[in-house]
Amino acid sequence: MTDSPYEHHAYDVLIIGAGGAGLRAAIEAQQRGLKVGIITKSLLGKAHTVMAEGGIAAAMGNIHEEDNWMVHFRDTMRGGKYLNNNRMAELHAKESPDRVWELEQWGALFDRTKDGKILQRDFGGHRYARLAHVGDRTGLELIRTLQQKVVSMGTDVFMECKVLKLVHDDEGRIAGCVAYWRATGEFVTFEAKAVIIATGGVGRSWKFTSNSWEGTGDGHAMALWAGAKLIDMECIQFHPTGMVWPLSVRGLLVTEGVRGDGGVLLNSEGKRFMFNYVPEMFRAETADTEEEGDKWYDDHSAGRRPAELLPRDEVARAINTEVKAGRGTPHGGVYLDIASRRTPEFIRRRLPSMYHQFMELAGVDITKEPMEIGPTCHYIMGGVQVVADTAATAVAGLFAAGEAAGGLHGANRLGGNSLSDLVVFGRRAGVGAAEYIEAGDVATSFNMEEAEAAVKEALDPFDRDEGENPYTIQHDLQEMMQELVGIIRNGPELEEAKGKLEVFAERVKNIAVKGGRAYNPGWNLATDLPSMLTVSRSTALAASLRKESRGGHTREDFPNPDPEFAKFNFAISNDGGNWDSPISAAESPLLPIPDELKALLEEAY
Amino acid sequence: MADVTMRIWRGDATGGDFENYTIALNEGEVVLDIIHRIQATDAPDLACRWNCKAGKCGSCSAEINGKPRLMCMTRMDQLPEGPVTVTPMKAFPIIRDLVTDVSFNFEMAKRVPALLPPPMPEGGYRMFQQDVERGQEFRKCIECFLCQDVCHVIRDHEENKKNYAGPRFFIRYAELEMHPLDTNDRRELLKEEMGLGYCNITKCCTEVCPEHIHITDNAIIPLKERVVDADYDPVAWLGRKIRRRTKKTAAEASVQPAP
Repeated sequence: MTDSPYEHHAYDVLIIGAGGAGLRAAIEAQQRGLKVGIITKSLLGKAHTVMAEGGIAAAMGNIHEEDNWMVHFRDTMRGGKYLNNNRMAELHAKESPDRVWELEQWGALFDRTKDGKILQRDFGGHRYARLAHVGDRTGLELIRTLQQKVVSMGTDVFMECKVLKLVHDDEGRIAGCVAYWRATGEFVTFEAKAVIIATGGVGRSWKFTSNSWEGTGDGHAMALWAGAKLIDMECIQFHPTGMVWPLSVRGLLVTEGVRGDGGVLLNSEGKRFMFNYVPEMFRAETADTEEEGDKWYDDHSAGRRPAELLPRDEVARAINTEVKAGRGTPHGGVYLDIASRRTPEFIRRRLPSMYHQFMELAGVDITKEPMEIGPTCHYIMGGVQVVADTAATAVAGLFAAGEAAGGLHGANRLGGNSLSDLVVFGRRAGVGAAEYIEAGDVATSFNMEEAEAAVKEALDPFDRDEGENPYTIQHDLQEMMQELVGIIRNGPELEEAKGKLEVFAERVKNIAVKGGRAYNPGWNLATDLPSMLTVSRSTALAASLRKESRGGHTREDFPNPDPEFAKFNFAISNDGGNWDSPISAAESPLLPIPDELKALLEEAY
Repeated sequence: MADVTMRIWRGDATGGDFENYTIALNEGEVVLDIIHRIQATDAPDLACRWNCKAGKCGSCSAEINGKPRLMCMTRMDQLPEGPVTVTPMKAFPIIRDLVTDVSFNFEMAKRVPALLPPPMPEGGYRMFQQDVERGQEFRKCIECFLCQDVCHVIRDHEENKKNYAGPRFFIRYAELEMHPLDTNDRRELLKEEMGLGYCNITKCCTEVCPEHIHITDNAIIPLKERVVDADYDPVAWLGRKIRRRTKKTAAEASVQPAP
């Protein structure tokens, strides 16, 4: 074993992140006989996966027999505005039913149909009722099931352990990472034959976000520093329905299930405005009138889906436009009304967490009054570029899955496709890592100098007597990203953002931390900020280059999609290996689509 | 709005004391908002756990004016006027400030015998809503461990911890015992090693549960009955076991009764 000046551990497969993707990867790798370690910067079971509410998309066909993987594939590609990796979309659509049934074998208790099958609910962009769910707490069910499975297998879990940087071997393969224990501030090195990045998202860099403190893009950033590429970083999902009031809960997620179960969006004039915002691409499958849409809830053959259930990017943009036009609520949102459309019993049974959340945090009874909602930074479609089948990145020994990986969702993710992404590609990352190890060409050394450099950098803020409070920098970064790299963007503002991010980098180098190393949240934030800056720079750069509007990337100076930009992803790379090294973007052509899949996309509705 | 004084316990395993912070209140704020603003200004090293800030992850457990609660779901304007005291959970060892070492719970989780379902039939298991609902209530648990914190069996008796699962895990056992697919039997374990008998159903756990799970009535009491029955009368136990296996759920799942 490597000689380390720090506490040291050795594994076959090391997984960074203990959300749905990381846990599913761990199960797979361990079932293949490998020694697996999981590192999480929170406690086990607290990952952002718990915030997923509405369900997990899988074409099981329990409600509509017509549903199958081909329809799910088509919905996913159309929702993603064709920027998706089509092989990922294919695998995802084919494999997600098995991954859901597997969760039941491990103890998950989904809601049932009358004949005892898994109940599925409607969601935006999915042609059929497709989301397996447990009320509105499906993410909790998913993480608890996987967590309990991992615990029963005896997998080692390193909790409240923050990874700083990946470490290579002498030939550039991934050899492990360096981290510190939050409880003590002591450093620890991990060597591994393969590392899987499953660190989730980046939303913490925006002011109004549904993401917790953890969503700082650590995995995106450390993969980039290590030599992997990031794609689609300009594609950020602003979920249409976040809470807007009181300010202390601004951004908190309100599940799309409210609309799936009959809720409608109203402006201050009481109008269901979404029918004015149906884009050409979705016109054929969207109801023309409110009456037609309302029939659809009970019988999908009696009408087409209501406009409230367009994909999330369309709905978020429409809300933004209504508010800008002066038809918003007093607190700058619009109304989401289910009270006037469903019985209180129905609402409390189908949406218990939402009922609870509004009652306790906003004093609003959603069975009696409408909710005030507005877009909130929720999810990044972009992530580490991977090979669809194996989740392998451009760096030998490094794999990525879940929100940290890019490709499946293209320019916009459909609701429900995230939980299924976690288990489909979490499992595939476990397989990919196992096969990589089996092939035998794995790391043969551990570059301790890399680890020591990261440790030194992490400790620098303690040596500065004068310097900035990391919380001030985070606050300013969130304000800036919200204002200049938010839901609607333009060229001059993106250039301004890029300039400001360079100033932020200088400020991060001048952070001073108060107190000791043991459980010090200020220091912890100081070690998160380099990741936050890396992903923010990547997003700003790619957004400035994509001179069109597509999915989760909207440019007011280029308001339409441009077919030329539909041919490639922007792939970001880092030249230098450090967080403050320059980054650059290159056009990475989309995977050619096989004829049989292309035919599915061209099929008329 | 008016200023409020927060009395926050600061310290570590070697000792500590209250520190006072006076801070302005904004409309709708919860205790966790105040903690965050203190971190961002006066005390960046003030340790607390939190994640979702929406009552869904169970990370920000603490004792507010002496009562175990989630900081993210406790609105400032619903607390009585005067200083607000925030202390770490008492039943667990201190790490720093409001952060405690909750590893006891993760150790107890390792001792739970997993679900043992029959092989899955083609097209998935069949289960019925009324049968999964009992377990679903317990699976609402967000693992905030407030029930463990308030339980007098371990709150003041560290020595009981090695043989007492606590309310959080009693609902986990109840969930598995009532799971329509489960074929494992954990009753001996509950009696001999998990200390089910120590609970004298004072319902303190139920009162603090932020998910409003009926821990005592729906989990602990039924578990106690099962364990007692199993002890008392093996013939009745066998009878129940057979009846249980022939419920609609198992039959429709085309599941063979356990040997």
